[in-house]
Amino acid sequence: MGAFIVRRLLGMIAVMFVVSFLVFVIFIKIPGGDPASRMAGKNPLPQNITNIRKQWGFDKPFYVQYVRMMQKTANGLVPGKHGQYDVLRSFDTRQDVAHEIKRGIPATMSLCIGAAIIWLFFGTLVGVISAVFAGRFSDRAITTAALIGVSMPVFWLGLVLRFFLAEKPNDPLFPDGGYVGLTDNPVEWAHHLILPWFCLSILFIGFYGRVLRSNMLDVMNEDYVRTAKAKGLGPKRVLLKHVLRNSMIPIVTLFALDFAAVLGGGAILTETVFDLKGVGWYAAQSVGGLDLPPIMGVTLYGAFFIVFFSAIVDIFYVWLDPRIRPS
Amino acid sequence: MAEPLLEVKGLKVRFATEDGIVRAVDGVDFQLERGKVLGIVGESGSGKSVTAMTLLGLTRGQNAAFEGEVIYKGQDLLWMPESRLRDVRGNEIAMIFQDPMTSLNPVYRIGYQIVEAIVEHESISKKQAKRRAIDLLKQVGIPNASERIDTYPHELSGGMRQRVMIALALSSNPDIVIADEPTTALDVTIQAQILALLDNLRAEFDSAVILITHDLGVVASIAHDILVMYAGRVVEAGPKRELFYDPQMPYTWGLLGSIPRLDRPKQEKLHSITGSPPSLINAPRGCKFRPRCPHVFDRCIEEPELLNRVQAPDHLDRCWLSLDDKRRLRDETIAREASIA
Repeated sequence: MGAFIVRRLLGMIAVMFVVSFLVFVIFIKIPGGDPASRMAGKNPLPQNITNIRKQWGFDKPFYVQYVRMMQKTANGLVPGKHGQYDVLRSFDTRQDVAHEIKRGIPATMSLCIGAAIIWLFFGTLVGVISAVFAGRFSDRAITTAALIGVSMPVFWLGLVLRFFLAEKPNDPLFPDGGYVGLTDNPVEWAHHLILPWFCLSILFIGFYGRVLRSNMLDVMNEDYVRTAKAKGLGPKRVLLKHVLRNSMIPIVTLFALDFAAVLGGGAILTETVFDLKGVGWYAAQSVGGLDLPPIMGVTLYGAFFIVFFSAIVDIFYVWLDPRIRPS
Repeated sequence: MAEPLLEVKGLKVRFATEDGIVRAVDGVDFQLERGKVLGIVGESGSGKSVTAMTLLGLTRGQNAAFEGEVIYKGQDLLWMPESRLRDVRGNEIAMIFQDPMTSLNPVYRIGYQIVEAIVEHESISKKQAKRRAIDLLKQVGIPNASERIDTYPHELSGGMRQRVMIALALSSNPDIVIADEPTTALDVTIQAQILALLDNLRAEFDSAVILITHDLGVVASIAHDILVMYAGRVVEAGPKRELFYDPQMPYTWGLLGSIPRLDRPKQEKLHSITGSPPSLINAPRGCKFRPRCPHVFDRCIEEPELLNRVQAPDHLDRCWLSLDDKRRLRDETIAREASIA
């Protein structure tokens, strides 16, 4: 176990390094990526740009700039106020990136945890029902519904729902975007999140349902399921204990990585459409302004979750499938 | 003759597929007595496994159709509702499958899988069930049973897993054990051990065994009676001695001829039956073995019934050849084989 954790930590550092370096290199190579000319505003004097370059260190070789940026990022991780540290700050607003990400975490967490519970539950339900009734009407109906769910992009579905349920009616069913803290007002918190939860999870429900259905149909043909039936077990027990358990193994991987991705700022569209000022929304703002430090911050934050959850999956796997267990 | 434990009459199983109706089992009759071992022999696709699974209702499905009767203790299993049939499955009639590597669920400990079967049929505590599972594992010859009970299937060898499957089958002290190719996936040395174990346990538990195999050598060791199946039907049936010493169907001769023999001079090539089994969708008219039979004559186009055609009382077959012709042709065949050698 100790060796496993050490190996994972080393892997995490390597992934973070590669990701941050790629983001940095891509950023300084893209057209219009020069931060100095952007910071100098419209119609600047050449002298202004040169000054900014010098002041911010943009005249240094790129690897020096990269190392400086990583140092500042690390400084930003120190808890508390960052007054005395030279931390990673936005080029545009000069705001502390770590603080901004932290501010976005409650909204993002609320959105993602809620949506994840919904999509895992309903995805499983859809998969089980359509596998049990494979080929019959209920399977086709559910499969079609799932396909429609998968085919609706969040930016379209979100805007449509927001328009018809929150903006257009005189007595709207739901608030028109925004976020209320869970501790401030739990009822309003949930009320504000129902539409975003729905939008974010609908895509995953369809996808998970399809994957689980095909897994279950495969497992149902396994010899050990026939053994379970020949033992005289009831259909429910065969389904839940023998078919579902074995079919869930691939779903766990999918879930952990998808969950990590949305938690790490991947719910950009949902957060933007519903004005949830979370990490994804912050990422969208920064990408729009070609503002490197926040992009770097959010990317590293997201990469951390992906690596972290894939480690959790590996541990969980061992419990699900004893064949993986080292002897 | 004693009251049979299980009686199968005119069993037919058809599956609707995209290519047409598959007559997987097309008329199977047999009786099984307590304490006896019935061997069912045939090539792949002859309907022996479907017959066995149908006895337990495991072939039921949307595209399956059945005919006939499966009488067990005065009840017809073939038409019994699923919920009642579940009390018979694993409890009164248990099954052992071909491939022990895939027949146990990889994610549960073997003890759990045995206990699960016991508590399904009896109202005893899990603790008592576990104690019984340990005893069963001891009886099937698994060393350190009280430790092995907590292992996962992948931690055991193929032979050990098949022993676990047998323990599982015996867990509710069934009247009938159906063993579907129980030794096919195992090494030859392990095969003999498993067969001996099966035979000992049959005597100990006073149950009957249906042993399904494509290997006449396997039935030769422990079966009392033998059914030979071809293209979904029984083509010859009788006590073991009758079948081995006075086989009536040219198909049975072919099967017997294709066993490698140590007591005969080594032949260049092992004998095999030419051709392949007929399609079960468009089976040939009359005798199903007709297209492959070296002794076919004009009468074979007529449907042969499974009848007693020899002096021995329980020996049935489906061959139109006269008794004299059969003896002559069989002796010629054997003589030719000896001369080739």
